[in-house]
Amino acid sequence: MAEVEETLKRIQNQKGVQGIIIVNAEGIPIKTTLDNPTTVQYAGLIHQLVIKARSTVRDMDPQNDLTFLRIRSKKNEIMVAPDKEYFLIVIQNPTD
Amino acid sequence: MEITYVYTKKRSEFGSQCNFTDRPVELLVDILPDPTVAASFIQRDLCNMPVQCVQQMSEHEINTERLETETEGVNHVEGGWPKDVNPQEQEQTTRFRKKVEKEESYIASLTILGSLMEHCIKQNNAINIYEEYYEEEEEVQESTEEPPTAKTLHVLKDPNDIKRTATSLSWHPDGGRKLAVSYCCLEFQRASKDMSFHSYIWNLEKPNKPQMTLKPSSPIVCLDYNPKDFHVLAGGCYNGQVAYWDTRKGSQPVEMSIIEQSHRDPVYKVIWLQSKTGTDCFSASTDGQVLWWDIRKLSEPTERLILDISKKGTLDGAAGATSLEFETTMPTKFMVGTENGMVIACNRKGKTPAEKISSTFCGHHGPVYALRRNPFYPKNFLSVADWIARIWSEDTKESSIMWTRYHMARLSDGCWSPTRPSQKEPTLSVKVCDEALYSLRVQDNGHILACGSQLGTATLLEISSGLCSLQRNEKALANEMFERESKREKILEARRRELRLKERGRSDQGKEEEPKEAEPQESTEDLVARAEKEFFQAIESERKKREQEQQKLQTPISTVKVEEAGKLVS
Repeated sequence: MAEVEETLKRIQNQKGVQGIIIVNAEGIPIKTTLDNPTTVQYAGLIHQLVIKARSTVRDMDPQNDLTFLRIRSKKNEIMVAPDKEYFLIVIQNPTD
Repeated sequence: MEITYVYTKKRSEFGSQCNFTDRPVELLVDILPDPTVAASFIQRDLCNMPVQCVQQMSEHEINTERLETETEGVNHVEGGWPKDVNPQEQEQTTRFRKKVEKEESYIASLTILGSLMEHCIKQNNAINIYEEYYEEEEEVQESTEEPPTAKTLHVLKDPNDIKRTATSLSWHPDGGRKLAVSYCCLEFQRASKDMSFHSYIWNLEKPNKPQMTLKPSSPIVCLDYNPKDFHVLAGGCYNGQVAYWDTRKGSQPVEMSIIEQSHRDPVYKVIWLQSKTGTDCFSASTDGQVLWWDIRKLSEPTERLILDISKKGTLDGAAGATSLEFETTMPTKFMVGTENGMVIACNRKGKTPAEKISSTFCGHHGPVYALRRNPFYPKNFLSVADWIARIWSEDTKESSIMWTRYHMARLSDGCWSPTRPSQKEPTLSVKVCDEALYSLRVQDNGHILACGSQLGTATLLEISSGLCSLQRNEKALANEMFERESKREKILEARRRELRLKERGRSDQGKEEEPKEAEPQESTEDLVARAEKEFFQAIESERKKREQEQQKLQTPISTVKVEEAGKLVS
């Protein structure tokens, strides 16, 4: 429990990080540092995207699996670390 | 029946050697050629005959029905919660969350995910992987490597059944993603009753349907976006009224000017003025008036100017105005192009109507359809009339400093490319569509050109970068060119003035002789006859030149054949 908190705190303190969301396999946000409407939107949209990406990777090669997903946009970067049960979503503003 | 052949040989001759004897030639059969038979045969030139033993196949093209797409947004609502948890209740959700956080699998997976994520975040912070290297060095302009081309981007069609001409186009001042097009049937009294009066605003990202409709009480002839307030548009109507719209408020005009105070003829051009309030605009029409309006009060124009060269100040002698130009850097001066080919430069601050008209430029043979100032050299401007486009400098009033050749078709609009200040010959003439093009407008960054046509379709062309990006020494070159031409014109003007003075001197002496008075009356008729003759001569010579060129195209082929035959023979 404390380790989780510590990890999240470390991530939060990195340069450029705007928000963290932890989502479970059904798309319910468990923990978040952003406001509710934003969280709900991110959770819903990214959840679908991760499932699609994962199925794409596994369709090409069934032995393969998705390890990380990065979406780079003009304003920021959305990084998703998927797991069997949970996703960790971090929104960062890449420094430049 | 039995056919038998008896062959006899003496027994004593069996086994003896053969005695061959010579025998003279004996003609057995002689079949002579019969030319009459040849008549039933047809001679064939072809001696190669291809034969193929393949399946017969045919090619067929189909075009599917256009798929109508629309972009819409989706609003997300919370979901996915298990049945016993009510998402609206804060307590239940927090309780659920706390329960999840206590699970072991959560902790374990989070630690792994956390370290993975940290790695990536640090990676991001360490180096910008999408960094542009060598950004300072500008890309070397490949000058004239590619032949200039223009590509059609979109075609915006008039959604109504009865097609009207797209008379004027105005780009949205902020980024140019929207285009306002006004439609109107300009043929005198040919507008049918069913013709709709609407004009449209198109969004370039959705070229199938107009984004917004403007519904005036009479068709709009010209439109302009307010450069300060992007939601406001001013339009001049066919019946002479001026109206303005606010796109936030809807399709009906916010206000229209009163008919009695407006123009008596269709308003051909409306332009916004640069003023502190941002609400001034002015309009010109063929009834010879230029009216200034403040859109907050459209019941009467703030100022009126009658375009009369003889400075009488009445509407009778006024020349109808067909185009207007106003440059934001010179707020008190503006220019009007008239129906009889003159361009009048006026000063708004003049006190009497006489002072207002500061100078006139003659030289066109027909109505001036478009007037534009060069955005780089405000002293020079372009005027477009029937077959020719002329570039003028403000200082030389006698004639234009440069002009293009007489084109085949009538030019109806023209404007400067905002990024390329020098354009001498038309480097590219593009056949945009089959019907006549009516109006042209370049987008602010110079890449996209919108043309409106007679049947109401507006086509967007993207011009190749060779034509629209500035080259290094181009500004200097253009500057030199303009200065050179204006110097030339000034010299010509000075000479002409001298000649005139001399003639006046001579005619003063000759005034005592009366017969000379009779001459001026005849000379106008002579002049007319001469002008006609010259005109026809010019056309004839052009035609002959064209025929010669065509012949030239054919003759090279025949000479080549002769050469080849000569080689074969030798």
